[in-house]
Amino acid sequence: MISPLLLSLKLALVTSCLLFVVGLPLAWWLAFTGFRLRFLVESVIALPIVLPPTVLGFYLLLEFGSRGLLGASWERFTGHTLAFSFEGLVLGSVIYSLPFAVQPFTAALAAVDRRLLASSASLGASSWRTFWRITFPLAFPGIVTGFALSFAHTLGEFGVVLMLGGNIAGRTQTASIAIYDNVQMLDYQAAARQSITLLGISLVLLVAINALNRKRNWRLP
Amino acid sequence: MSPSSAALSVEIHLPLPWFQLECSFRADSEVVVLFGASGAGKTSVLDCIAGFRAPQHGRIALGERTLFCSERGVNLPVRQRHIGYLSQQPALFPHLSVRQNVEYGLLDQPRPERAARVGSILERFGIAELAASRPAAISGGEQQRVALARTLVCEPQLLLLDEPLTALDLRLKSLLLEAIFDWQREHAVPLLYVTHEQAEAYSLSRRVLVMEMGHVVADGEPRQIFSAPFSREQAALSGYENILDAVVEETHSALGTMTCRVAGTALLLESPLANKAAGEAACLALRAGDILVATGRPSGISARNLLSGRIRVIEDRAGMVELRVRCAAGDGPETEFRVHITRGALQNLDLETGQAVWLIIKTHSIQFLRN
Repeated sequence: MISPLLLSLKLALVTSCLLFVVGLPLAWWLAFTGFRLRFLVESVIALPIVLPPTVLGFYLLLEFGSRGLLGASWERFTGHTLAFSFEGLVLGSVIYSLPFAVQPFTAALAAVDRRLLASSASLGASSWRTFWRITFPLAFPGIVTGFALSFAHTLGEFGVVLMLGGNIAGRTQTASIAIYDNVQMLDYQAAARQSITLLGISLVLLVAINALNRKRNWRLP
Repeated sequence: MSPSSAALSVEIHLPLPWFQLECSFRADSEVVVLFGASGAGKTSVLDCIAGFRAPQHGRIALGERTLFCSERGVNLPVRQRHIGYLSQQPALFPHLSVRQNVEYGLLDQPRPERAARVGSILERFGIAELAASRPAAISGGEQQRVALARTLVCEPQLLLLDEPLTALDLRLKSLLLEAIFDWQREHAVPLLYVTHEQAEAYSLSRRVLVMEMGHVVADGEPRQIFSAPFSREQAALSGYENILDAVVEETHSALGTMTCRVAGTALLLESPLANKAAGEAACLALRAGDILVATGRPSGISARNLLSGRIRVIEDRAGMVELRVRCAAGDGPETEFRVHITRGALQNLDLETGQAVWLIIKTHSIQFLRN
């Protein structure tokens, strides 16, 4: 049986990897599109920042449950419900942490000097090459920040997990829920142990990002 | 100027916020300077040719290749145009070394060929020893040389230079210009050079296109364009008080001069050589301040035009005095010159209305206008 801490780390890692894959194209589109209603898309993406996690969790629970469109289809294909499963947690976390990945990604991509992109194109490079050779490396610090923020945010997630995953030991009981559980059961020692571990991981992560970003700060000619 | 198969032909119609860009021109494998004040639309023209923006309608072709054609719905992406574009900003990729920057446009080439081409262009522009440096670690002039090498190594079929050397000192600038023009001659491609500095436009090329408010208003040799105001109206506006119709009497190509007769008179003037034949009509312009006045016939003077005349009017103006002087050859019909002198000169020479004077005009103070 997987421990709550390992489950949290696994959830955070899977979520931030998925966010990298989903969030980067989305951020690229946001950074370069001339679409007039871009602000609407940005508002929807930012919603999880202001929404109480229980509210988001409640709606996700309805959608992921057997009566929800997504939940019902999932059940038909896999044979088990999406709610109260690890996959459900991952999907909920991706939505919940989306702004923490997409916003830094977008800011970093938009900050890349357009003249460099113009130079790249006039030297014959395709959009794909321009992205991987120029845009991505120059936006890298911001992309790392987005990755780490979504990782840390998912690691500390509580409300959405509780609503969506319940509290099933070994399957959906993450570290933050285990801490809550231990406090409820007056096991302060266990809660303290888990808390200090989460605190340590979060701190190390943030220090590492900041150190990395300081080192890779290109001076533009 | 050899006729090249890769001539550039441009026809652009594009509404800009402050005027309509309407220009069309052709350039063979030659250096053409696009000259005009800031905001005349020069950079917009380059952007349309390079593909960074699309004209509303028009056609842009490079040799056989149509880069843009509104009628046929063609708009080739920037990366397929094979055009080198260099602006004042070198825009080097800051995370790549000098060598990586220069080889960026050759990434599709096989490795040995790429290495050979990059090596030779780094040598040519004297930046081989910088190959491993990052752009931030080299000087502005070196950065611009790297940007140039990066552009030229791709062997573009057209070069667009948008005031690329403005930030550099004169010595460096002339060195780089020489390198650019050498390359242009070797590869025989059209080169458009944008500048707003007249001195630069004058020295760089044998052909200048003058842009004003989105239109090409003049196209020709810089000597013709800059030594002569464009039209009578413009000449009058830019302070040429004397505008005379004349007829070319004789050309002296060995001396670089011509003899012109002021129309309707027998008065002869020596002017600089212009592209005109004897018997052709010409329009001459002369600043009132470029004419000297003497009370007696001057002798031992280099000026080639000495006209005797009589003062008709003396008018005191702010800061100076304007004389209207009637001149004629012998007893023939007269023509009137406007002459500006200082108040001190008026007092010193003790000039009066009706007095006989000599006007002294240097050959090169006479300008030709468009007829």
